[in-house]
Amino acid sequence: MDALTTPLLAGTATGALLLIAALGLALTFGQMGVINMAHGEFLMAGAYTAYLTQQVVTNTDLSILVALPAAFLVAGCLGLLLEVSIIAWMYRRPLDTLLVTVGVGLLLRQLAKDVFGAQGDPVHTPGWLDGNILVFGYHWPYRQMFTILLALAALAGLGALLKYTSYGRRIRATVQNRDLAETMGVSTRSVDRVTFFVGSGLAGIGGVAVSLISGTNPNLGTTYIISAFLVVVAGGLGQLRGTVIAAFTVGIVTAFFTDWLSSSMAQVLTFALVVVFLQARPQGLFTVRTRGLA
Amino acid sequence: MSSLRRWSRTWGPLLGIALVAIALLVVAPAVLSPFRLNNLGKYVCWAIAGVGIGLAWGRGGMLVMGQGVFFGLGGYAMAMHLKLEAAMATGGPAAIPDFMVLYGDATMPGWWEPFRSGTFTVFAIVALPAVVATVLGYAIFKRRVKGAYFAILSQALAVAFATLLIATIKQTGGFNGLNQFTQFFGYNLYDPVNKQMIYSIAAVVLVVCLLVVWQLYRSRFGELLVATRDAEERVRFLGHDPANVKLVAFVLAAVMASIGGALFAPITGIISPSDVDATASILLIAGVALGGRALLLGPALGAIAVGYGRTTLSESFPDQWTYFLGLLFVVVILFFPSGLGSAWSQITSRLRREGAA
Repeated sequence: MDALTTPLLAGTATGALLLIAALGLALTFGQMGVINMAHGEFLMAGAYTAYLTQQVVTNTDLSILVALPAAFLVAGCLGLLLEVSIIAWMYRRPLDTLLVTVGVGLLLRQLAKDVFGAQGDPVHTPGWLDGNILVFGYHWPYRQMFTILLALAALAGLGALLKYTSYGRRIRATVQNRDLAETMGVSTRSVDRVTFFVGSGLAGIGGVAVSLISGTNPNLGTTYIISAFLVVVAGGLGQLRGTVIAAFTVGIVTAFFTDWLSSSMAQVLTFALVVVFLQARPQGLFTVRTRGLA
Repeated sequence: MSSLRRWSRTWGPLLGIALVAIALLVVAPAVLSPFRLNNLGKYVCWAIAGVGIGLAWGRGGMLVMGQGVFFGLGGYAMAMHLKLEAAMATGGPAAIPDFMVLYGDATMPGWWEPFRSGTFTVFAIVALPAVVATVLGYAIFKRRVKGAYFAILSQALAVAFATLLIATIKQTGGFNGLNQFTQFFGYNLYDPVNKQMIYSIAAVVLVVCLLVVWQLYRSRFGELLVATRDAEERVRFLGHDPANVKLVAFVLAAVMASIGGALFAPITGIISPSDVDATASILLIAGVALGGRALLLGPALGAIAVGYGRTTLSESFPDQWTYFLGLLFVVVILFFPSGLGSAWSQITSRLRREGAA
């Protein structure tokens, strides 16, 4: 029982982290065709926001609650800045957005190194998250449960935003047919900006969750970005349900491999599995059916 | 079209290759100190890999973000041989590398054994990446995985490879990699004459790679590759299989990266996971993007320039170098997507268009 539940629970928590990181990517990659390699650095920005909040709001119990919206704003504004200054000039050149954002990621990482130092800073866990609960004989930390709840909340929030708000209607219209949406009076430019803001902001929230588990450090983003992209690729473009299933699958599968072998072998095997999976479904788990050529 | 222009279009590239050859093989050894020449040799190794990236990415449209893997396959294959040579030189034919004694129980994994043979090592440097690239490329291209999907998968490969190397410290030296070579196929590596010989080998290999790619670009295959990049579906409808075309370019690029890596190990005296991981792969891409990915000489010259900038700038400004590299990425991709090598023609054609309007 233990050999099953331990990786299952730990993997679910990892999957939740991947989900938050991947949600923003799926939004910008799947819906706008922008491959944002600096997304990991937005995650890092969220983690540092959590750290800075704790320097100001010294009451640890409250600081995380302040950090969440603050991180959303900080990462969101970074994303908005990136969109307005660079990305706006290169829509429909997806591979170039990838390269440009690699450069931006390098800049942000070095900036973090210069401002906060190469060593990581600790983020203190609030008292109400410091503890664990016994699930099937396994001590499950509250922090992991918090991550999962946060991921589900982010997912629900994004889903509601897309489904029920007028902004959501506009973005769905833009995704389905950009030119037609524009003809119908949708300002696709502002839709792009808001999408990028929200997508990047989600990375900030993910960063707070990561900071509770591993603190902050300048290379924090690079740890998650590739796995998050694999999740988006495996899930299929523009499909939230695909992203959700892929995130938890990758998280749990990696946890099982880590348990049996080692964390590095797990990474290699998970990668291999994604390649094998793409053999069966080259467009990911769920695909938008179009009449276009593959 | 004037006959001069036609002449320059046919023979201009060859002239360019000749100039590169003269600069690397005649001028550089005459004017550079042995230390600088050895550094140049390092950039030449990156340039060899860069020529392959130019082929796969510039002409074939496959953004290979994990070339570090193939660079590493060649580099580690060579380093294993050099390590065994060094061990055998001091401890007889059954001696094993020092780090295995240090980290482990002084037993050598069986797959190291064939690398005692120099012939096998040279064979492996070409065959190993070819086999890996064929298997991977076949799996990926046949299922029409492309564009961003391909770029991300190839980068994930580099991350996984570096992680694997770091984890297997007893077999590969882990984070420290393989270093402290003394011999290169029987030649003493501390002798400056031999170091210059290895540099010359690297320079000749680069020139040969450029010639191979020049011939390829002139051939039907080169046309097919560009056609596949620009309109894969049309190529398919014309009865060709784009997957095979891409596979050939991908495998060639992998072999070139591997040979670059194999020469990198004796020139720098070390190969470690940081030479093959995602960042290293991105640095290779940076050189190619800077020089001009679709040009013949662009990738090679760009790689040498980035290598030079990396060494020179990081000597005097170790931290600011990263800012510089990041800005370079942003500025080049934003304003000169086809590289600095094309900047001039890009500016003149824009001026001409504005003049006509």
